[in-house]
Amino acid sequence: MFDWIQYLADLLVFKVFGLEKGSYLAEALNFFIYDTVKILILLIIIILLMGIVNSYFPIERVKNYLSRKKLYGFEYLMASLFGTVTPFCSCSSVPLFIGFVSGGIPLGVTFAFLITSPLVNEVAIGLFAGLFGIKTTIIYVLSGVLLGTVSGMILQTFRLEKYLSPWVKDILANAQKDQEAFIQEKQPFKQRWPVIVNEALKIIKGILPYLLAGIAVGGLMHGYVPEGFFQKFMSKENWFAVPASTILAVPMYSNASGILPVVQVLVAKGVPLGTAIAFMMGVVGLSLPEAMLLKKVMTWKLIAIFFGTVTVCIIISGYLFNYIL
Amino acid sequence: MEIKILGTGCPNCKTLEKIVRKVVAENNIDAKITMVQDIMAIMSYQVMTTPALVINEKVMVKGRVPKRDEILNLLTAQP
Repeated sequence: MFDWIQYLADLLVFKVFGLEKGSYLAEALNFFIYDTVKILILLIIIILLMGIVNSYFPIERVKNYLSRKKLYGFEYLMASLFGTVTPFCSCSSVPLFIGFVSGGIPLGVTFAFLITSPLVNEVAIGLFAGLFGIKTTIIYVLSGVLLGTVSGMILQTFRLEKYLSPWVKDILANAQKDQEAFIQEKQPFKQRWPVIVNEALKIIKGILPYLLAGIAVGGLMHGYVPEGFFQKFMSKENWFAVPASTILAVPMYSNASGILPVVQVLVAKGVPLGTAIAFMMGVVGLSLPEAMLLKKVMTWKLIAIFFGTVTVCIIISGYLFNYIL
Repeated sequence: MEIKILGTGCPNCKTLEKIVRKVVAENNIDAKITMVQDIMAIMSYQVMTTPALVINEKVMVKGRVPKRDEILNLLTAQP
């Protein structure tokens, strides 16, 4: 499927730039061009697809559905699945949170949504597909959905309502099951499309510098770091690797697109995939800016419990993957 | 006419504000534009996605940045 990109990269490096085959510079440049083109194509496709889904996604109706129906435990999975298709703009997470709470949706279900929404987003999926292939991407998405579901269920058992900010508690007390739906927007696809494309380009533009830097660093490491280098201290037998990389990952965020290409090289050089996935989930799923935003609706204690639970779940899934894969 | 733009300060909210101000100025529309950044005030409009455009206390657009033509249509359609 991507043979033509390799052809293009070969053509550019060996014919246009006239670099010698097998030389270090040529191989690194070849790798850089190939990876960049492939990842950008996949990113654009996935961001556009998600943009279309999003444009039609009736978030209010979903909310009413979740609050109205008796789902016998499936509501966590549903909320988590909805989280995958909604975009993650961190500025929307607080309004969404309040919207769910005001609809009388249990806090645990809301958390399930809140965890999966940033974890499985279009940029992460696009990067995963470009760097690790489809199989790993599916594993990542499924485990992200599962992680949100399980973490939400666990958080629900803690009865955390008392740790919400006072004004959110008031909203909770006045929660109504079915809220008046908004005027349904009826817009033809022709009108939606330019907005979707615009949004996609904006996202790509925002992450491009990080992505290029990440691929460049990855390309350089690819040549320098010997095969199996990391196996020494990040092997599956080293139990400490998973928690360490997860905890290291939590404070990172905006540079996720720069980190993934590097992680891919680490995996190629012997870091177990489970450890890498745990690291990525920590980077994408939990972040400091998100914590700052959530502060408006939660007490620090609740944020700490929330982040703590998710971190533990990520670590467990990291071990699980190392064991299975 | 009273126009309110709801948003917690994300880039899209600022884009929407810029477009609305431009449309209002270019068409000599008599309107008072306010940015609502307080999350409690935003939630009183029951929007779950930002930015949102409120005209005369009615939510007209939410969760996206409309094009200039669309905004102009919305504004001129007001009584």
